[in-house]
Amino acid sequence: MQRIFNRPEDMVNEMIEGFVRAHSNLVARTANPRVLKYRQAPVKGKVGVVTGGGSGHKPAFIGYIGRNMVDAVAVGEIFTSPPAQMFYDAFRAADGGSGVACLYGNYAGDNMNVKMAVEMAAEDGIEVKTVVANDDVPSAPKERRDRRRGVAGEVLMWKVGGARAAMGGSLGEVIAEAQRAIDNTRSIGIGLHPCTIPEVGHANFSIEAGTMEVGIGHHGEPGIEVVPLETAGAMARRMTDIILPDLPFGRGDEAVVLVSGLGGTPLMEQYILYFEVEKILEEKGLSIHRSYVGNYFSSLDMGGVTLTVMRLDAGLKECIDHEADSTGLR
Amino acid sequence: MTAITNEQGASILFDLIKAIQDHKQYLSDIDGAIGDGDHGINMNKGFTICKERLGKAPESLAHGFMILAGVLMTEIGGSLGPLYGTLFRSMAREIENVKDIDKIAFGRMMQCGKEKLAALSEARQGDKTIMDVIIPAERAYREAVEEDKSFAQCLEAMARAAREGRDATRDMAAAYGRASRLGERSRGVIDAGAASCCLILETMARSINEKLTSLAAGSNS
Repeated sequence: MQRIFNRPEDMVNEMIEGFVRAHSNLVARTANPRVLKYRQAPVKGKVGVVTGGGSGHKPAFIGYIGRNMVDAVAVGEIFTSPPAQMFYDAFRAADGGSGVACLYGNYAGDNMNVKMAVEMAAEDGIEVKTVVANDDVPSAPKERRDRRRGVAGEVLMWKVGGARAAMGGSLGEVIAEAQRAIDNTRSIGIGLHPCTIPEVGHANFSIEAGTMEVGIGHHGEPGIEVVPLETAGAMARRMTDIILPDLPFGRGDEAVVLVSGLGGTPLMEQYILYFEVEKILEEKGLSIHRSYVGNYFSSLDMGGVTLTVMRLDAGLKECIDHEADSTGLR
Repeated sequence: MTAITNEQGASILFDLIKAIQDHKQYLSDIDGAIGDGDHGINMNKGFTICKERLGKAPESLAHGFMILAGVLMTEIGGSLGPLYGTLFRSMAREIENVKDIDKIAFGRMMQCGKEKLAALSEARQGDKTIMDVIIPAERAYREAVEEDKSFAQCLEAMARAAREGRDATRDMAAAYGRASRLGERSRGVIDAGAASCCLILETMARSINEKLTSLAAGSNS
């Protein structure tokens, strides 16, 4: 695999350098080189919205910094949670005096580091509340939803939380809205080829040629089954068959659909999958209020896609429709 | 001898750092089988930064543990940063006002570390993690104290239980943390966090026992 870098151990820092320089209209540095913030943050009186996680998921997480979106992000090493200190510094960068909503994904390291950072912030009088995304259906059975991982549904959670905060919502309201966003969102991934962390140099899992891994996670966590590679239509059927009954989604529901590439799959193929997904959702009587197709939450160079569907209610719809500006989502 | 002073304990930090540096490749290799293969790299990074921070010598064991915890919690992310950061920080807090570390003080330190870890991690014994070492090791130490064994014997009991705990992770399926992605496929390899935790406890036990022995020799002469 041929990659672009100078030294593998410098990749995260140099990505940050490039990002800050390319998007200085939206993003600014903070005293902590691994914490970036929205240029206007902290916005006085507004609830700060923070996220963070390991690198390698572009545009997540820093790509969602922006107006009416995320205020500050803690940037970890590739696939490694940022330390508590970074989350804490992100809280400080985002706090406009009305508290901070930390909206992140359900991974062991992030859970621990956020928990410690929240305690550190409390000692300083900054109130931080959290929502832990767990939209990845195949990662645990429904009765163990608390163990499910957070995947591309996090993007919709940030959109909703960011909008509610921008509308002047209190910390409690922002948290409740973001929690409802993730509670009404279901995702699934299909892996076509593995990803490689450049510093490691080789993939630490494999997907045999001619097969696909159903339910793969954002770091190559194994899915629920490996099956022969299918057509786009069959893939869409398989994915919707798993996620739609889980909520469940039903006839008449309004939905947001997000198809995200994992990094190594062309946009062309993502649109083909989206076409198939939309046909199935219409057949099931769902109406699609808004859709997103593209690399919204990737996994380095992994081949494959995730499908995310969110069921709307009036509050969520208002937040999804609220205008926003970030490099990853508008 | 039945105790070392907190000041004498300071050099335990250098023994721990050396143990981690010497086992960097070993820890990465076992992690590579079921994880990212970076456990040794990250442990070595944290402990090596700590060595630079310590300078010539920390004032005491408590002081050294606090510096180590600070590095792990602020500069090393993932899971090992908060887990080992919390372990060393809570142990440092427990003994910071203790002059002589005898078997009772050491036991309280271990118990405090174990409890703080259990409160942070959602993993329980049997999940193929660091908890499979710290829980039985602390219990074995406590039982040895209750049986009125010497400090040295208590430490040996702790190290033995840590090794048994580490080896028992070989037959477990990871239920928590990064290796849990492999579920059943994670059986057959010991857990890297359990291995590093065992290495730390064994090194602490050996280091203190060497000090107790040399102090005894010194007091006899």
